[in-house]
Amino acid sequence: MSADRFHTIVTTVENKPGVLARVAGLFSRRGFNIESLAVAPTDDDRFSRITFTVDVESAPLEQVVKQLNKLINVVEIRELPPEDSVSRELMLVTVSADAGHRKELMEIIEEWRAFVLADNSKQIMLSFSARTARLDEFEECLRPFGIAELQRTGRVALPALD
Amino acid sequence: MSDNQQMPGGEALVKSLEHEGVDVVFGYPGGAILPVYDPIIDSSIRHVLVRHEQGAGHMAEGYAHATGRPGVAMVTSGPGATNVVTPLADAFLDSVPMVCITGQVPYAAIGTDAFQECDTTGITMAVTKHNFLVTEAQDIPRIIHEAFHIATTGRPGPVLVDIPKDIVDPTNPRSAMTWYTATDADMELPGYHPVTEGDPELIRQAAEMIRDAERPVLYVGGGVLKARAADALRELAEMVQIPVVTTLMARGAFPDSHELNLGMPGMHGNYSAVTAMQKSDLLISLGARFDDRVTGKLDGFAPEAKIIHVDIDPAELGKVRRANVGIQGDCRLVIEGLNHAIRELGGTAVQADRSAWRSTVSGWQEKFPLTYEQSAPGDKLKPQFVIEQLRDGNPSDTIVASGVGQHQMYASQWWEFDHPYTWINSGGLGTMGFSIPAAIGAKAGMPERRVWAVDGDGCFQMTAQELVTASVENIPIKVALLNNSYLGMVRQWQEMFYEERYSEVYLQERVPDYIKWAEAMGCAAIRVESPEEVGPAIEKANEIDDRPVVVEFVTDARENVFPMVPSGATNSEVVVDPSQQHLLEDES
Ligand SMILES: Cc1ncc(C[n+]2csc(CCOP(=O)(O)OP(=O)(O)O)c2C)c(N)n1
Ligand SMILES: [Mg+2]
Repeated sequence: MSADRFHTIVTTVENKPGVLARVAGLFSRRGFNIESLAVAPTDDDRFSRITFTVDVESAPLEQVVKQLNKLINVVEIRELPPEDSVSRELMLVTVSADAGHRKELMEIIEEWRAFVLADNSKQIMLSFSARTARLDEFEECLRPFGIAELQRTGRVALPALD
Repeated sequence: MSDNQQMPGGEALVKSLEHEGVDVVFGYPGGAILPVYDPIIDSSIRHVLVRHEQGAGHMAEGYAHATGRPGVAMVTSGPGATNVVTPLADAFLDSVPMVCITGQVPYAAIGTDAFQECDTTGITMAVTKHNFLVTEAQDIPRIIHEAFHIATTGRPGPVLVDIPKDIVDPTNPRSAMTWYTATDADMELPGYHPVTEGDPELIRQAAEMIRDAERPVLYVGGGVLKARAADALRELAEMVQIPVVTTLMARGAFPDSHELNLGMPGMHGNYSAVTAMQKSDLLISLGARFDDRVTGKLDGFAPEAKIIHVDIDPAELGKVRRANVGIQGDCRLVIEGLNHAIRELGGTAVQADRSAWRSTVSGWQEKFPLTYEQSAPGDKLKPQFVIEQLRDGNPSDTIVASGVGQHQMYASQWWEFDHPYTWINSGGLGTMGFSIPAAIGAKAGMPERRVWAVDGDGCFQMTAQELVTASVENIPIKVALLNNSYLGMVRQWQEMFYEERYSEVYLQERVPDYIKWAEAMGCAAIRVESPEEVGPAIEKANEIDDRPVVVEFVTDARENVFPMVPSGATNSEVVVDPSQQHLLEDES
C-alpha cells in the first residue's frame, strides 16, 4: 500500500457517551473505509481526540471531512497530510525466542531499537513505536521467528513543526 | 414562570416546550412518558392524540412545512419510539424542522432489556440531525432549547430527545430540578456553528457568471422555501430574466403562473424543465442537492453546464456534481447578495443576450406541454382531470399534501402552485401514507386555510386511521382519494420495464369500501365515478367544514405518468406522452 493513499484526520470531539458510535456510524453509512482509529481523552477533559486514517481512494476526503463536521459533537477537524505531519504508531508483540534463534532475535531488537517488556526465556514481549510503514517492516523481520501475539494501536499524529 | 422554582422534570419539560413557543404537540402516551402527560393537562399546549405514532411524526412534519415553525411529536419508549423512525427519516431527508420527545425506561434500567426498552438514540442516530439522551432533570430546559435551536437553524432537520422516566416522575427524587428559562447563553454546543452569510467574493463571481451566461437556468430546490427566500428569488429571476425550474421539494417557491417558470424538473418533470437544464450552459442551483431523481444518469446530466451551487450545508457542495462556484450560506441571504452584486455589475443592461435561449425554451414549452387524453365515455376518470378540477375548484392558497405514487406526480404536475408553502410532500424518502397525517398537521397549524390531501388507494390504507384523529380533534381536512385499485406507480414500472408482468400491485376494486370506512371514521364521504360528477363533488366537499371529507375518485389504472426519464437513462432520453412522441424526432 502506498503511504499517501492514507490521510490522517484528527478530530476533537465532545467527551460524551455515544460520540464514538456517531463517528463510526457515519463512516459505515457513508461507505468510508477507516484504516485505523485511535481514541483517547485530551488534556482538557471536556474533549476527546479521535485520530483516524482513511483511504482517500475509497472516499473523497472532502466529503469525509464535511460529513464529520455535520456531527454536532465534533468540535474541530484537522486534516494532516503525510508531508506536513509527524505520525507514530505503537506495537506490542510477543515473539518466540527459543535458544536456537535468541541471539539473532536480540540483534534485530537492538538494531530496530525496540523495547523488551518481558522475557520468559521461551518468548519475548516487545514494544515498538515508529511510523506505520516502519511497523510493517519490523513485523516482517519478526515473522520468521514466530509471532505469538501482536497488537497495534493505529496511528496518532500531530502537525509538523515549522 | 419565575426562575429558581422547584419542580419535577416532567413539568419542566412541558414548560420548556411552552417557552419554545410550541402550540401543538402530536403524540401518543405510554408507560415511560406518562409523567409528562400529567402536566400536559394544565398546559396551554394543545395535544393532538394520534392513532399511530407514525401519524404523530408526519403531522409534526406537515405542521412544520405549512407554518415554518418546528413540529413536535411526543411518544413513549420502545414501540412508540420505533414507530416514529419513518417520519424521522422522512424529515431528515427533506430537512424538516421537527423535535421528537421519546420516553425512555428509568436511567438505571437502561441496558437491562427492561420492558419497552429500546436503544432509541442508537436506532435514530442515522435518521436525525442530532439526538440527546437526557440523564439529569436539571438539564431539561437547556437540552430542549438546544434541540429547537439545532432543528431550526443551519440545514433544518429532526432532533430527538430521549427522556428516562425517573427524571420526569415526581415520585422519584431524581426528577427534582430548579427551573430556569434556558437561553442561547445556556447552550453547550461547541461544535455547532452554522454559517448563513455567503462569501461576498464568491457571490460576486457568481454574479459575473450569471451576467455572461447565454443559456442559464435557475435550479430551485427546497432550501429556498426553508430559507423563506421566495421574494428574493423572484426579484433575481425577473431582473436577469432567467427561466426557473422548481424541484418536487420547491413547488410554490416560484409561481407556476409566472412566464419564467418551466415547472418541475426530473424523472417526471416537464419536458422543457428537463431539457432546459440538459442544454444549459449555467445551472444556478439554489438550495437543491442534485438528487438522482433530478439528474437522471449523472454522467450524462447537463454536460455543458457550469455550476453555481448555493447551499447552507457545505457537505452538499461538491457531493454529487462539482461546482464551479460553491457558496455556503442561507439561500435568502445569498440570493439577496446576488441581487445586489448583479445590480453593482450593471444589472439588466449588461446581461448576455438570451433572446435565442428564451425562444428555444418557449418553443419547447409550446411543443411539449403537459398533456393527457380525456377519458372516453364509459371509461374511468383520468387522474389528471381530477387534479385539474381540484385546482380549479379551490383558491390558490389551498394547501395540498400528497402521498407517494402516481397521484403525487399528477398533483405536482397539474396543480398550479402560485404561493410558497402550499405544497407538502415526501420527496426524499418517498413515504407512502404521508399525506393524511401531513395534511392534518398542516391544518392544525393553519386552521383558517383549506387543506386537501391528495392520496392514492395504497397510501390511504397505510395511515387512514388518522382520519379518526382528524374527526375527533375537529381538524377538518379534505381527502381526494385517487383510487385506481393499484399500486399505480409500481404498476407503471412493471408495465414499462418488466414486460407488463404485474406482480403484487393489484389492490382490489371494491375492498375496502372507502365510503363506509370514511364514514365509520366520522368523515363525510362521496364517491365519484364520472367526469361530470367531479366538479360538483369538490364543491360539495368544500361546503362541509364540520368534519373531514373523503372524496373517492375512481380512476383509470391504465394511465401512466409522463414525461418520464427511465431509471438509469440520461435526461436526454426523456419519454414524453405517447401523443407527443413523434415530435421528439425533430429535436436533436
Ligand atoms: C412505505 C412505502 N412502501 C413502498 C413504497 C414503494 N411505492 C412507491 S409508489 C407505490 C404505489 C403507491 O400506490 P398508491 O398509493 O395507490 O398510489 P398510485 O401510484 O396508485 O397513485 C409503492 C408501493 C413506498 N414508496 N413507500
Ligand atoms: Mg393506487
